[in-house]
Amino acid sequence: MSSREKILQQIKLNKPTGTDLPLQYTFDSGYENTEAKFKEILEAIYTEVIVVDSLVELKAKVEEMYAGVVNKATTIPELADWADFSLQLSDPHELEMIEVAILQAEFGVAENGAVWISDNHLKHRALPFITQNLAFVIPRNALVNNMHEAYQRLTDTTGWGCFIAGPSKTADIEQSLVIGAHGARSMVIFLVEN
Amino acid sequence: MSKAVMEHADAADVFNKDESYVDWHDETLWFVRTKRDKSSKLLPEWENLRETASQIKNYVLSHMDELLETFEKNAKANGIHVHWAADAAEHNEIVLGILKQHHVDRMIKSKSMLTEECHMNEFLTRNGIEVIDTDLGERIVQLRNEPPSHIVLPAIHLKKKDIGDLFHEHLGTDAGATDPQYLTEAARQHLRDKFLTRKAALTGVNFAVAETGGFVVCTNEGNADMGAHLADVHIACMGFEKLVPLQAHLGVFLRLLARSATGQPVTTYSSHFKKPREGQEMHLVIVDNGRSAQLGRADFRNSLKCIRCGACMNTCPVYRRSGGHSYHNAVAGPIGSILAPNLDMTKNADLPFASTLCGSCSNVCPVKIDIHDQLYKWRQVLVQGGHVPQAKEIGVKAMSMVLSQPRFYQWSGRLGRSVMRTLPFMVNNSLNPWFKQREMPEPPKESFRDWYVRNRE
Repeated sequence: MSSREKILQQIKLNKPTGTDLPLQYTFDSGYENTEAKFKEILEAIYTEVIVVDSLVELKAKVEEMYAGVVNKATTIPELADWADFSLQLSDPHELEMIEVAILQAEFGVAENGAVWISDNHLKHRALPFITQNLAFVIPRNALVNNMHEAYQRLTDTTGWGCFIAGPSKTADIEQSLVIGAHGARSMVIFLVEN
Repeated sequence: MSKAVMEHADAADVFNKDESYVDWHDETLWFVRTKRDKSSKLLPEWENLRETASQIKNYVLSHMDELLETFEKNAKANGIHVHWAADAAEHNEIVLGILKQHHVDRMIKSKSMLTEECHMNEFLTRNGIEVIDTDLGERIVQLRNEPPSHIVLPAIHLKKKDIGDLFHEHLGTDAGATDPQYLTEAARQHLRDKFLTRKAALTGVNFAVAETGGFVVCTNEGNADMGAHLADVHIACMGFEKLVPLQAHLGVFLRLLARSATGQPVTTYSSHFKKPREGQEMHLVIVDNGRSAQLGRADFRNSLKCIRCGACMNTCPVYRRSGGHSYHNAVAGPIGSILAPNLDMTKNADLPFASTLCGSCSNVCPVKIDIHDQLYKWRQVLVQGGHVPQAKEIGVKAMSMVLSQPRFYQWSGRLGRSVMRTLPFMVNNSLNPWFKQREMPEPPKESFRDWYVRNRE
């Protein structure tokens, strides 16, 4: 008998009497202002949230913010001539050079500041992790209150996706918080009005 | 780890030699526990979330075989290679086989307590594979040739000076440097090179979703994603109890996990893997290693609901004052003490006794495992099975004899009080474990019973 069959057979033999799934497994978070909550949580995890009116304003903003920086990459067509690092490459290891990446993401979650990004928006899964600094761009109206709403929204069937909440961090040395463990050292989120 | 295994009480004795160090360890973990409290109290639905998580996990335990089959079918349809391992040895052989097939002899690994349980690193090293742990805490203990002392905070037992000295020796940081920012940056540079040069990456699994055939890996550092997305081969290893039925159930568990663990509202990265990226190979190893036996123990099967948040460790007065290594098991603390006897009753018979049965662990558990009840029940099983040292067994039997005979109990109480008064050295000596780090109390003049008989009117 294979291990698979052995394991499944023993589980069948040993499992307890069947119980039912709870009917309710989602809860409301009645935040007065979803965006204010989103900002408050992200500030606490060292992430700036910037509201811009349009992609034109976004471009002006990032030109000012990242002036003098080289190796800039983006997945946003409107920022194409701001970027100087092409993502048209096949080996993700080459992304290692990137200093800042500005990436389109799908939506944000107010209760924990997480932003959902997936294969839908990204050719290279490694990009949001390997870049030294990270910025996400999401529509201003794409904020949900909590993780239950997030999963209701998450109907995509892509191969990979990730909730990312703030820059990479660790507290493994005497519980002292250090920002910039292996992933991005900093994070900015742009909410675009139109 | 090749050192002879010391019983928990003896190891705790050693741990307690340096009082200021123990106080620091105790306070550091209590600080994490208070962060959990603050964070959980911000959610009015917290208790409902715990109850819901508990019910979902009860469903999983009672439908485990069907859910596993659904999960396997969906994972395969996603292009994941699924393997089954009955025990630790088979798990290790499967991983080695995959690496050999790809002619890989260097691998990076993010946190996986399962591979600790299976002693995979030692096995692979013996077989010529270099394994580098990429979680900062795990890398630290790996460089020290130690196992993690905590499932979430692997290097919580170390002071920054220890880590500074270690990094000076291995990573060439300045002698005497202890700044966490500086040391973390050194580790970042050291490990970035590994991420960029290794062809295989192994990760753990926090949750596997039957509905989608995908799995979720949570980290704060980003090391699991850095490894998996750059490597040609991604191997993920999971105990079969990691399943949840629906993707939407993750809403409940991700809200509970990080808040219970460290007080964060969510981990920085909650990565949902479903299909390998183009050109990549993804393997998933589903491991039993005693879990199906535990599922058959009615009193102890609930331990399989655990989501490995570590809250029971942070709150445990015994864990905080004895350190994770005293538990000589991959998973330490209260939850480790109810999981370990299932793996080896003789070797781990001491662990269910490493508890005051105060119940704090059960109160903080996000999936409502009755941890302290199980600790108590394991004690009965272990004594009845003859796994407990005779001295302890005789002690317990003597106690039971005294407590079951009221007259004998009254007489012994009187005797004890008069001995403490007239011959205090009989109790105030190092042979009496209750005298350790404590003054003995003043013996009362009379027992409560005597007082009650006199004052009943």
